[in-house]
This record gives sequence, C-alpha cells and structure tokens, in this order.
Amino acid sequence: MKVREFAEQLNMEILTGQKGLEKDVMGMYICDLLSWVMSHASKGDAWITVHTHVNIVAVALLVDIPCIIIPEGIVVEEATLNKASEEDIAILRTSKTAYQIAYEAGKLL
Amino acid sequence: MTYGIIRKDFVIPANDFTIAGEASSCVKKMLIQLGVDPQKVKKTAISMYEAEINAVIHANGGIAEVEIDRNKILIRIKDDGPGIPDLELAMQEGYTTAPDSIREMGFGAGMGLPNMRRYADKLEIRTEVGKGTIVEITVFLTDN
Ligand SMILES: Nc1ncnc2c1ncn2[C@@H]1O[C@H](COP(=O)(O)OP(=O)(O)O)[C@@H](O)[C@H]1O
Ligand SMILES: [Mg+2]
Repeated sequence: MKVREFAEQLNMEILTGQKGLEKDVMGMYICDLLSWVMSHASKGDAWITVHTHVNIVAVALLVDIPCIIIPEGIVVEEATLNKASEEDIAILRTSKTAYQIAYEAGKLL
Repeated sequence: MTYGIIRKDFVIPANDFTIAGEASSCVKKMLIQLGVDPQKVKKTAISMYEAEINAVIHANGGIAEVEIDRNKILIRIKDDGPGIPDLELAMQEGYTTAPDSIREMGFGAGMGLPNMRRYADKLEIRTEVGKGTIVEITVFLTDN
C-alpha cells in the first residue's frame, strides 16, 4: 500500500512533502533505540517513534523506511520536517498511541 | 561493475546531530548508483552509520575515508577523541558511556560496536587513550 493511502486510511496528518507519499508500506516497526531500529527494521516498514530530532531521517534513509509515524500528537522540529521532505521520507502524525496505530495498521497491511 | 577505484572523504563534525549520518547516507546513495548488491549496501550503511555516530557522540567528530574497488568497500573512520580504554568491554552489547542527554535521543544503546561486528565482513579497531580511534570496516563485494 502506498504511504498516501496508508496515511488516509489511518487518518494521519501528513507533515511532509508530496513526493514521499508514493513509496510502498509493507510492514511496521516500533522502537525508540536507533541502533536497534537500524539492525532490526526491514525495508518498507513504517516506523513508529517518539523521537523527533533530525537524525530519525538518517535512520529511515539507511534502512529504506518509507515513512515515520509520530504518535500521540508529539510536536516535530521544523528542521526534521525539512530534511524529511528533502529526502522524500514521509512523516505522519496522529493523536493515537503506538498500540492503537499498530492495531489498525495490522488490519490494513 | 566497470569502475576503477573510487575514493571519497567526509568530515564528521563534532556534536552536530543534524548532519550526523550524512556521510553514511551519501555512501549508501553512491553504492546504489554503482549497482552494488542491496544486502551489501545495507551492511555497509549500518556499520558506517554506527561508526560515524560514535565519532560524533564520543570523540568530537572526525573524518571518514571511503574506498570502493571491484572487490571491496573500505571505510575508515578516524578521530582524535579520548580513545577506548577497554575495547573488549566496549564491544559488549549494552555497554555504553553515553550520557543521559544522548540516550534520551535514542543513541547510546551500547549496540554500535556490536552492530559493526555483526554487519562488517572485517572490522579493525585501533585505539589509544588520549590519542584517538581508527575504525576500519570492510565489506567484500566478491565471494571468497
Ligand atoms: N570513537 C570512539 N571514541 C571513544 N570512545 C568510543 C568510540 N566508539 C565507542 N566508544 C566507547 O565504546 C562504548 C560502546 O560503543 P557503542 O557500542 O557504539 O555503544 P554506544 O555508542 O551506544 O555507547 C561507548 O559508549 C564509548 O564509551
Ligand atoms: Mg555507538
């Protein structure tokens, strides 16, 4: 499923540019330890994290993560959004918890 | 692949998380363009990112030298930081000296060196207390 449709189906806010929305979401990964994400997430995973600093974009790029999901309405730094738009990584946000997001995503993916 | 030897150097700035990872991302893009096998790109990207982040958070930055030829990808990350007093201890999963402020950002899980060992085909670390550290990561492109 494309990031665009995934975001719409889960009612998530799209915080970044249009170009990042055409990649495929194939699974999901939830973790806040960056080294752990690097070595355990798979290509195509939507990644849920509470981190909002700009380095999450580097991690997403390195593991071919198409979109980062920020749960519970956390505010994301402008620099992170700019970098993500530049690199065609989508950042999505919702007021839901990681559990609620994963539960709903599991029915879609 | 039909290229000769490719060399590229990067500066890794101190304490700048906004650009930490930039060198690794750039190398990843280069490797994809060269048509390197995705599995080998991944191994290289992960181990280089960990070494790059270590230079940023533990050693006031450094430099990365990248060399790609037909047979291998060689990445050397050098810093003039404090060095690692007990390398065997530092290699253990979960061991970290990163301060809370760094851990709160999701770094400092103590998995960087173990990840390098896991993903690099060859890992060589030379370190001297008070002088600095050189991490050399090799990923082979040809079998045998
Ligand atoms: N380039 C370096 N310079 C000085 N110390 C380092 C360097 N790289 C690693 N270390 C030391 O080794 C420890 C373990 O490193 P690592 O496995 O990457 O975990 P982490 O970076 O999460 O602490 C670090 O906490 C630090 O004490
Ligand atoms: Mg580390």
